[in-house]
Amino acid sequence: MINTIWFLLVFIGILYGALTGNLGDINNIIIDQATEGVTFGISLMGVMAFWLGIMNIAEKSGLIRAISKVFRPLVRFIFPEVPANHPAERWMLMNFIANMFGVGNGATAFGLKAIRELDSLNAHKGRATNAMAMFLIINMSSLQLVPLTVIKLRHDYGSKAPTDIIGITLLATTLSTIVAIIIGKMFERRRKC
Amino acid sequence: MLDIISLGIVPFLVIIIVIHGYLKNVDIYDAFTEGALEGLKTAFKIIPNLIAIFIAIGVFRGSKALDILIDSVSPITKIIRFPEEILPLVLIRPLSGSGALGVVRDIISHYGPDSLPGITASVLMGSSETIFYTMALYFGSVGVKDHGHTLRAALLSYIISVFIVVFISRYLLFNI
Repeated sequence: MINTIWFLLVFIGILYGALTGNLGDINNIIIDQATEGVTFGISLMGVMAFWLGIMNIAEKSGLIRAISKVFRPLVRFIFPEVPANHPAERWMLMNFIANMFGVGNGATAFGLKAIRELDSLNAHKGRATNAMAMFLIINMSSLQLVPLTVIKLRHDYGSKAPTDIIGITLLATTLSTIVAIIIGKMFERRRKC
Repeated sequence: MLDIISLGIVPFLVIIIVIHGYLKNVDIYDAFTEGALEGLKTAFKIIPNLIAIFIAIGVFRGSKALDILIDSVSPITKIIRFPEEILPLVLIRPLSGSGALGVVRDIISHYGPDSLPGITASVLMGSSETIFYTMALYFGSVGVKDHGHTLRAALLSYIISVFIVVFISRYLLFNI
């Protein structure tokens, strides 16, 4: 699937660029974006090291275990394939919590650990399990409670009430996550039949 | 108030975790460096994915090929009276987070942050995620090639949530 999307993006982009005489721009974009990918990756290294370092303390002290116990019923319901007390459960929860509070880099660090733990439960490597799909579907529905970047943007452009959108964004995010879980579950069932 | 929460959340978490670890007699220094090494390895491993994603999105955005997509979808959206001001945002949001933020900026500066398009764009930006980036990064990091129903389910729930956002922005905020 990613193969197709990646192909279409590159193919249509270059073709359209060539047809409209923008090949010079496309050249620069390729070089710039390749560099940007490395720069971004390196800038992530520090923050991700920090977050996984801190969370390793919380893991060893039993703090994460205590938190996951609180949310266990919910996780059991959404991810029935993941055994209770499996590390995947804890890292998914950490990812959700970091996402909610807008700690994007932390969320990525925990999310990458979570997907690796989920993959360790995968009987058919290379194929997404229901739990992996559900984990990503929830992530892609957005969990962030307060959209700080957007609020800052509204403030910069002279909004009279930049924070007025918090209420409805929260409502929209909650609804979109509920919709995502329901749709994810529907597809799961259809797949089993 | 929001500033305090957003500035305070990380230091607050760190202090709680460090205190808890110290009281429980965890070797917090060793535990930190052990986890940090894993963080470094993970970040390093995803760099090839990042390069691939950035180039594809960059080439697609830079060629302005998105304009054709907008032109081809707009007859349909006209029929269902979808607000066409936010159509570019709806189409770019699943592909690129920074691109989407640029479109939100355009919409806000053109129509004003407190206009209906401005509000709808802000809410949509705040209540959605970059689908392509998330999938390519996470599945790429564990070498999963068959994504099953992930994309279909994510896109379907995205489309539904776009309509939810349009609806609640129009009726909740502007009719109070």
